[in-house]
Amino acid sequence: MTAIGGGMLDAERIRKDFPIFERTPHGKRLVYLDSANTSQKPRQVIDAVTDFYERHNANLYRAVYELAEEATARFEEARARLARFIGAPDPSCLVFNRGTTESVNLVAHGYGRKFLREGDEILLSDLEHHSNVVPWQFCAQATGAKLRFISLDEEGRLDLANLDGLITERTKVVAVTGQSNVIGTMPPIRRLADAAHAVGAVIVVDGAQLVPHNRVDVVELDIDFLTISGHKMLGPTASGGLYGKREVLDRMDPFLGGGEMIMEVHRDHSTFKDPPHRFEAGTMNIAQEIGLVAAIDYLEDIGMDSVRAHEKDLTRYAIDRLLDVGATVFGSHDAESRGGAVSFWFRDIHPHDMAQVLDQEGVCVRPGHHCAQILMRCLGVPATTRASFYVYNTQEDVDALIEALGKVEAFFGSR
Amino acid sequence: MALDELYKEVILDHYKTPRNKRGLPGAEVSCKKNNPLCGDEITIRAHLSDGRVQEIAFEGQGCSISQASASMLTEAVDGKSVTEAAALAEKFRGMMEGKVEPEEDVFGDLVALRGVVKYPVRIKCAVLAWDVLQEALAGATTSARH
Ligand SMILES: Cc1ncc(COP(=O)(O)O)c(C=O)c1O
Repeated sequence: MTAIGGGMLDAERIRKDFPIFERTPHGKRLVYLDSANTSQKPRQVIDAVTDFYERHNANLYRAVYELAEEATARFEEARARLARFIGAPDPSCLVFNRGTTESVNLVAHGYGRKFLREGDEILLSDLEHHSNVVPWQFCAQATGAKLRFISLDEEGRLDLANLDGLITERTKVVAVTGQSNVIGTMPPIRRLADAAHAVGAVIVVDGAQLVPHNRVDVVELDIDFLTISGHKMLGPTASGGLYGKREVLDRMDPFLGGGEMIMEVHRDHSTFKDPPHRFEAGTMNIAQEIGLVAAIDYLEDIGMDSVRAHEKDLTRYAIDRLLDVGATVFGSHDAESRGGAVSFWFRDIHPHDMAQVLDQEGVCVRPGHHCAQILMRCLGVPATTRASFYVYNTQEDVDALIEALGKVEAFFGSR
Repeated sequence: MALDELYKEVILDHYKTPRNKRGLPGAEVSCKKNNPLCGDEITIRAHLSDGRVQEIAFEGQGCSISQASASMLTEAVDGKSVTEAAALAEKFRGMMEGKVEPEEDVFGDLVALRGVVKYPVRIKCAVLAWDVLQEALAGATTSARH
């Protein structure tokens, strides 16, 4: 396929960098449309992880021999690299951990439990992934703060008509997704950040989907916290972390206690390191974060603007073709303003049945509630089938999905 | 494994034309459960008298496996004693865990669901209706003791 529209990205060539595409599930071409769940990994990332284990493996900080110094240097370089990727002013703003789930828990604990009181409010949205809901429920239970939710309009966008009523003097935390993992909605982050800051609240952005697919600059967006899931951006599982404004991180309590996050430990108390190390207890995900560097290099070689342009084209194409065959596509149909997670409903065939038949055709999609049960209730369905795209997807993949839908229909017929 | 081993003709038939899918006003026992993983939802209601299932019906929504299983269940336990129905539920569970070889004369159409064993994520779908039945019957026996 020649690249469409945006033009700069050659997905067929990119595909060749990903060893997994040599697999032929059920004898079919692997059509991987589940990158919102986790992305595939290019050879470069796999090699970087292997190289670390083969040549540099040692634990961090604690030792004085050459290997340990190499491992530490590479880990700290990775921190600087990821910080630069999201426009963070300094590597010390970047805490490494397993990704978005751990990051939200860290903020809800280290910031939420420390600063929230009864009568305070935490503002979420109906789009949120469970990982940006449940930690806040824990926080609310512990502090007496109240959760509120921004509702959605018909197109699945945040209804901000009454923003002044939503973000008030009582609001202490605004926590929203940068890009919905179900319907691709991209909330206006800078506008929400300004409104939050106007009342002295902090804004936490779930970047699990935003960061892999868009150029993100935390300074331009003026966000206090951004979560990053490396495994969704070509990196190893359990890579990624949390960006936090340094002055906010400085005021926070530690999250996990243990080795490496302390200054001094006495029988009755301990003192803690400065950020980011205050939030990094125990042996870290060293190989994973080093592998993530190779993923960032890979993405930046392509260029994040090209990544976005390519996905916009595929999203537009997919929505058009799905509508053509009579599917219901949830959320906005305007590819310009949304990300590439496309949830649909087809001929009243349950998503689980659909995904099972698609699997036989080599097409990997995700059926279910996508860890967004609140959103499912808003959409009025128990589950959806979701196709999502990344740099290695082509129009041919969308065509394969559509063709396979024909087989699904033939198999289950109409009821 | 071929798809038609999972989606046997009988399963698709129960899915497309479910048996006993209706409300049951005045039912002595009723129970509703859902499978949060995929949103499958099943309600089972039954008239019991003299320790027997005199009439049983289900309502629900979800995938073909969960709905076909519920439909087959209603046919399989209709007229059975509460004890027999509970024993069948145990056997069905055993088949889904790969521990029980289904006997055709006891299982009837339910044998078709055996193919699901090879699809671990779908086992929950097949078992849901039986969970509901077991809980409904357990409720009946406890309230009978009162
Ligand atoms: C929007 C969103 N938030 C949070 C998560 C959770 O991320 P992780 O599993 O990397 O912690 C995901 C992915 O599953 C997601 O899509």
